[in-house]
Amino acid sequence: MSTLTVRDLHTYYGDSHVLQGVTLQAEQGTVTAVLGRNGVGKTTLCRSIAGLTPARAGQIALGATDITRLAPHRIHQARVGLVPQGRRMFTSLTVREHLAIAERSADLTRSVPPAAESGDAGPVAPWTVESVCALFPRLAERLQNRGNELSGGEQQMLAIARALVANPLLLIMDEPTEGLAPALVAQVGELVGRLKREGTTVLLVEQNATFAVALADRVHVMSKGAIVHSSDPKTLWENEEIKTQLLGVPGATAHGERR
Amino acid sequence: MSIDLLSVIYLITQTLNGLFSAALLFLIASGLTLAFGVMRIVNIAHGSFYMLGVYVAWTVVTRTQSLLLGAIAAILVVGAIGFAMQRFFLRRFAADPLAQMMMTMGFALVFRDAALMVWGGDPFTLAYPRLLRGSVEVAEVVFPRYRLFVIVVAALVGAGLWMVNERTLIGARLRATVDDPEMASATGINVPLLSGLVFAVGAGLAAFGGVMGGPILGGYPGMDFDLLPLAFVVVIVGGMGSLKGALVGAIAVGMIDNFGKVLVPELSYFTLFAPMVLMLAIKPTGLYGRA
Ligand SMILES: Nc1ncnc2c1ncn2[C@@H]1O[C@H](COP(=O)(O)OP(=O)(O)O)[C@@H](O)[C@H]1O
Ligand SMILES: [Mg+2]
Repeated sequence: MSTLTVRDLHTYYGDSHVLQGVTLQAEQGTVTAVLGRNGVGKTTLCRSIAGLTPARAGQIALGATDITRLAPHRIHQARVGLVPQGRRMFTSLTVREHLAIAERSADLTRSVPPAAESGDAGPVAPWTVESVCALFPRLAERLQNRGNELSGGEQQMLAIARALVANPLLLIMDEPTEGLAPALVAQVGELVGRLKREGTTVLLVEQNATFAVALADRVHVMSKGAIVHSSDPKTLWENEEIKTQLLGVPGATAHGERR
Repeated sequence: MSIDLLSVIYLITQTLNGLFSAALLFLIASGLTLAFGVMRIVNIAHGSFYMLGVYVAWTVVTRTQSLLLGAIAAILVVGAIGFAMQRFFLRRFAADPLAQMMMTMGFALVFRDAALMVWGGDPFTLAYPRLLRGSVEVAEVVFPRYRLFVIVVAALVGAGLWMVNERTLIGARLRATVDDPEMASATGINVPLLSGLVFAVGAGLAAFGGVMGGPILGGYPGMDFDLLPLAFVVVIVGGMGSLKGALVGAIAVGMIDNFGKVLVPELSYFTLFAPMVLMLAIKPTGLYGRA
């Protein structure tokens, strides 16, 4: 079981009370999107789940395991992967080293997808350095390059690959399409779809509401450190008030890329 | 012999002496710079590790007559002290560099008094193997065999550290932690444990430096704080956190200090600290440091 349960989470930076009681659930094998304008606390939510800014109150569980108070490397061991906002490359590590230090695949198989929904039942082969290189051939060509020698797109591929080689049951992606070319955005979209079909739980934080709504099974909208709207994506997309006020999506005519 | 030849010989001998100082400085500063890179700790107690190394070795060498056993004991004991210090004390103040520095200062004073209590205040030198005594003579240059040995050992240690840092998985984890400790922890690296290990290795290296210098420089109360400024100059010139910087900084400081003392003894502190001040003014991160 790898359903993420976040219950009444309160997170602070010093005295500043950023997350003010966030509650959400991300079911195993689904994509849960978290939307909202800049500064509402989306990244802080990701950081709290990953243990980087531990919550001061509330609970985070992956399946039956309480991960609220675990150190970040423990949370990683509990198979939570983070694709952080801004890529966060290790500047002195080569692409190969990024993957080597993160890889955890020898002993793992990923979960079996619910047979009812998808045809391809059975255990899924774990991600390895080879398989993420096959997924992003560009990275395979750059294995000897250092993190700071990559283009923005390559960095994002590596940030995703670095999370995947640990074979996460829960993958947190914080604005993975930020600054990417449209072709690459589409590729990330396809990947998210595939992960979901293979049983991975995906928590997708996005400014790009169009992208997220197209992929998500469930959508949460944050404002001022709390979740103010939760629904299926269709209901959200039909709610003009929320779209304009909380997402900054311009009126009814807009349904292309926002930038 | 002509005056010219004499001065060439003199120059070579002094260069070798400078390299000997550089070798010791490199052993000591590499530990300081590694610890800084991973933990951002300014460790005032680093000179104490160097001192404790010589004293622990002294105890062992006087009983066993073996410098090797002395070195092994010094590395293990001082490494364990460093590990415990990081694990049980410094780690609690990870977010507060000033508190950490004050705490290392406190440790330095405790170690100084403890050494005085345990080993007394008499200066000593370490006995060393007969094999390494005497001199090597190449052409007209005569140079003590032991000093040459220390230069070779430091070079080997440097090569080993470089190999581990650049060519192994643990080295990659270490560099990842230096680059971005937070992201390193989110990539599954146990940063507190790694920090403790690096701190222990740094302490062990300083102790080893003390033992290697022991047969010539010996041990005496106050050696810890005599060394500390030198180690800091090396790390500041080379760049905090960089092994390459520690190497280049150690050679620079070893040479400058040596030639400075010989040529203008009355200015020896000036010749030592002027390069550091210049470096801080021109490139505050040092030769190979990062912002
Ligand atoms: N390291 C930090 N220290 C203090 N305040 C922060 C820090 N990071 C973010 N904040 C503040 O927390 C709030 C939420 O930020 P964030 O979680 O990054 O929002 P989002 O990802 O939704 O744009 C903002 O007001 C931001 O200024
Ligand atoms: Mg953000």
